[in-house]
Amino acid sequence: MMTEIERTPRRAVPLWTQIIVWAFLVALLAIVATGLSRAQEGTVQPGHVIDDFALTMYNGYELDGKSEVNFSDLRGKVVVINFWASWCKPCEQEAAELQQAWTEYEPTGEVIFLGIDYVDTETDARVYMKKFGIRFPNGPDLATKISQYFRIKGVPETYFADKEGVLRYVHVGPFVSIEQIRSQIEPLLR
Amino acid sequence: MTGLKRITSYQSLIAILFAVVIALTFQGTSFAQGREPTDDEVNRIAKKLFCPVCENTPLDVCPTEACRQWREQIREMLSEGKAEEEIIDYFAVTYGERAAGDPRDKVRAYLLPVVAILGGTFLLFRALQMWKKPKAAESTILKKDSPASQQDEYVAQIEEELKKRS
Amino acid sequence: MIANLGFGVLLITFFVTLYSALAASFSNPKAFAHLFRSISGARTESLANQLEKLDTPQRAASMVESARRAMLLTFPLLTLASLLLIYLLVNNRFEVQFVYEVTSRSMPTYLKVTAWWGGQAGSLLFWSWLMAAFASLVTLRKWDRDREFLPWVIFVSCFTLAFFVGMIAFYENPFKQFYQTATGVEAYFIQPANSVLFTPEDGQGLNPLLRHPGMIIHPPMLYLGFVSYVIPFAFAIAALITGRTDDRWIRITRRWSLWAWLFLTFGLVLGGRWAYDVLGWGGYWGWDPVEIAAFMPWLTGTAFLHSVMIQEKRGMLKHWNMLLIILTYDLVIFGTFLTRSGVLSSVHAFAQSAIGPLFFTYIAITLVASVALVIYRWGTLRAETEMHSLLSREALFLFNNLLFMSILVVCFWGVIYPLTSELFTGTTVTVGPAFYERANGPLFAALLFLMGIAPLSAWGHSTLQTLGRAAWKPTVLAVIVTVALFAFYTQNVYALIGFFLVAFVVLITLYEYWRGAQARQRSHSERLFAAFWNLTGRDRRRYGGYIVHLSIALMAIGVLGIELFQMETQGTLELNQQASLGGYDVVYEDIARFTGPDGREVTRAVVGIYQNGQYLGELYPRIDYYWDAQQAMTIPGQRATMKDDLYILLVNWEPASATGATFKIYVNPLVNWLWMGSLLFLTGIVIAAWPDKDPEREPVRAGKHVRQVSAAD
Repeated sequence: MMTEIERTPRRAVPLWTQIIVWAFLVALLAIVATGLSRAQEGTVQPGHVIDDFALTMYNGYELDGKSEVNFSDLRGKVVVINFWASWCKPCEQEAAELQQAWTEYEPTGEVIFLGIDYVDTETDARVYMKKFGIRFPNGPDLATKISQYFRIKGVPETYFADKEGVLRYVHVGPFVSIEQIRSQIEPLLR
Repeated sequence: MTGLKRITSYQSLIAILFAVVIALTFQGTSFAQGREPTDDEVNRIAKKLFCPVCENTPLDVCPTEACRQWREQIREMLSEGKAEEEIIDYFAVTYGERAAGDPRDKVRAYLLPVVAILGGTFLLFRALQMWKKPKAAESTILKKDSPASQQDEYVAQIEEELKKRS
Repeated sequence: MIANLGFGVLLITFFVTLYSALAASFSNPKAFAHLFRSISGARTESLANQLEKLDTPQRAASMVESARRAMLLTFPLLTLASLLLIYLLVNNRFEVQFVYEVTSRSMPTYLKVTAWWGGQAGSLLFWSWLMAAFASLVTLRKWDRDREFLPWVIFVSCFTLAFFVGMIAFYENPFKQFYQTATGVEAYFIQPANSVLFTPEDGQGLNPLLRHPGMIIHPPMLYLGFVSYVIPFAFAIAALITGRTDDRWIRITRRWSLWAWLFLTFGLVLGGRWAYDVLGWGGYWGWDPVEIAAFMPWLTGTAFLHSVMIQEKRGMLKHWNMLLIILTYDLVIFGTFLTRSGVLSSVHAFAQSAIGPLFFTYIAITLVASVALVIYRWGTLRAETEMHSLLSREALFLFNNLLFMSILVVCFWGVIYPLTSELFTGTTVTVGPAFYERANGPLFAALLFLMGIAPLSAWGHSTLQTLGRAAWKPTVLAVIVTVALFAFYTQNVYALIGFFLVAFVVLITLYEYWRGAQARQRSHSERLFAAFWNLTGRDRRRYGGYIVHLSIALMAIGVLGIELFQMETQGTLELNQQASLGGYDVVYEDIARFTGPDGREVTRAVVGIYQNGQYLGELYPRIDYYWDAQQAMTIPGQRATMKDDLYILLVNWEPASATGATFKIYVNPLVNWLWMGSLLFLTGIVIAAWPDKDPEREPVRAGKHVRQVSAAD
């Protein structure tokens, strides 16, 4: 096989085509890279200033007489955000402890517990909450907006925010004792 | 004759009553009070949804406890008389868009492939047209089967062999 | 000790591979000189001069030889590493993290061996072992005519191999062991200070889904396909770098490409069969991103298979073929990347790990470098002929390529869409099967149509008249068949279009085959069967190709049947109660619960099958629960006929007992045509790829140039 005798200047790729090709490749790689970095990200980390979010609570659950709570309204209080689901077996291990901690801290008015039900059906959620006597404010995470914001990797996960609305501690998995919960809240109260 | 007629009409009355009773028992697909939707009816809708927590698993085959609860929820909603569209919407709103099996914004999903395919077709036809044009204007490459070109080929072949071995 | 030895071997292999790649590239300083020359400047000019001075034939030859030997060394090294790993797997050495993750005491020995590719680290080692094997195989051919390709083929192969071996040696190492330190137990490459080797009692065991015979062979088949495509890619890059951008690289790698395609196709078919038999979804293909990741290189590989024929016959599409093989290679790596990086959610994905960014960097580098090379050499890839007719075979092959690329665009977009949607709108979506079926349906139909008419068109020139004359009889027959189906089988429009196209392809292909055999019969006065046999033997590529097209049409019958006519039902049955579907009556007869030989708990139901009152037999759907992996598998009871498949599952999210068990029943019409067709497919490719007496061995003397004639001319 031979190459032909070239008597004319070689036709290189026109500049505009090159620009388009490279732009396309770079865009593609950028998209994949971003997706990759997102996949590698863990949950939201301590130090993060938590954006405002709204939680519409289940019937019968309320905070200050209102059935909807905005996170920004809770400035000045320590907030414990707990993600759970009725189909989650490990969540049952900590349910009673969380309720107990709530009964301890509610009278002080300085700590708020928010229960966020992750992709659950209301019927089963109510059965679960009744079983463990859960009375702290609880609502479903509609369209998984809140859990996506926190980038949770599973349930149960609990996020502790201080009085300025800054995330201070992330607890992945169930609490083994009420002491664990207290030990995270106490420093934030000071 | 009359006696026979009377018996016949009595029999036909029984037959009609019988038919009515049968018809009432075997109702159509409308959801009368208390009739529970079958597994098939639930699956027909579950097929179009994805498990909100598992990785890319359709809801009708997902074996987890959570999925079983969601299928029960579909059953509940069906027995309340909700339509398929409503149920799918509810799932998307409650559990996030990824629970719905098909991108609901159809335009954005299909736009790029359609444009790309049309673009590719256009480019192909342009290329075909370009190749149909004789290339005489572009170069002075001789036609392959003329003796002059064969001589040139021979010379070029020698040159290349020499290049390779140098 | 063995594990440490294995780790050492991997490290050595990495450095050997690196050396080979570097030696191969530096054996040709002129190439670098050329590169520097193209960048203007006094410094680069002098650098180029110096490099050219270095280029003496002896130096070049010895460096290439050194590189070649280093590359040959990698195969025994990796074989040793693999054997060490298999030894650890078979001997329950649970202190090694990989062994712990994929084996357990209760597994039979053969499964422990196959666990080699049952987890991330081991499968990467398997990939590398195959790569080393193929690279060594390619070095064993005669290189006399292609001396200049050798260094670059070695370079590309070893560059790829170095990446994979490096990833295994430094990141996903199968030889990591558990050590107990003050803080706890973790896996380490090297024993940390003040620690003690920790040996768990038992392993987690292989994922139950992977313990099925189909699953044993599916990954090796796929990896064979993936890795084989690296060789044509290496030759393409060699051709670009050396400037020998004629057909040579294609002719050398033609058989490689064919076998790569065979393995990849078979890997995909086996994956489908395994999913059908074991996953319990009643289907064979879920349009899951990982499935698509393996499907995309197949699409470009098939397009490549066809368009290289154009380059061989008509000297056209040189640029396009370069781009296609580069795309195939990068899609292979991209596919391997997608399954392991956690970028996409998929049922198939390996656990997420740190190698995602590594893979990404590698893809970025190879993609950018390959595209830059193609652009650099664009001008040398001149076409030799023109296109005269839009219906000529080359034009139809171009349409074929357009269709395959369109399907690729649809698939790639579907896979990327959740990612882009999340980036630009913040909402994650799932792209389900409906998208792919709707978008790809018409494209596949068009491909079927092309499969029918392309064999009729001639190289260079065809008109509507010539095509029509060749095709009208089979077409009329196909219409008659479709009308008959309409009357007796179905009124579904999509099905009828599909069946018409299938009949079209089958009838035309058989007609062409028949005409060829008849012509041969006349000219050689052979009996008909001998005529067919010899015809195929003389023109293996063409008739192998016809058989492949035929088999795809048969597979299409299966696909149409199961996609358009599948029936399913689910219901809870008490003992001796029955359910009906598709003309079958299924009676729940018995249930038993027992422990299997490897410790799994089996719940096995017995169902009796009746059709029109006639007893057909029993089926045994069952649920296997594996204690070690804490996972259950639902194995269907299947009854297969060419007309349909009766497929019964015991659902495992409802209790199954004598009082009641929930069954899912599928009737899948025509699905066995898919599997039968794939067997014929294998035959077709083997025929097409069967080696001819190699005309390459004839010595070529300068001055008398033999233009290589392919068997298909």
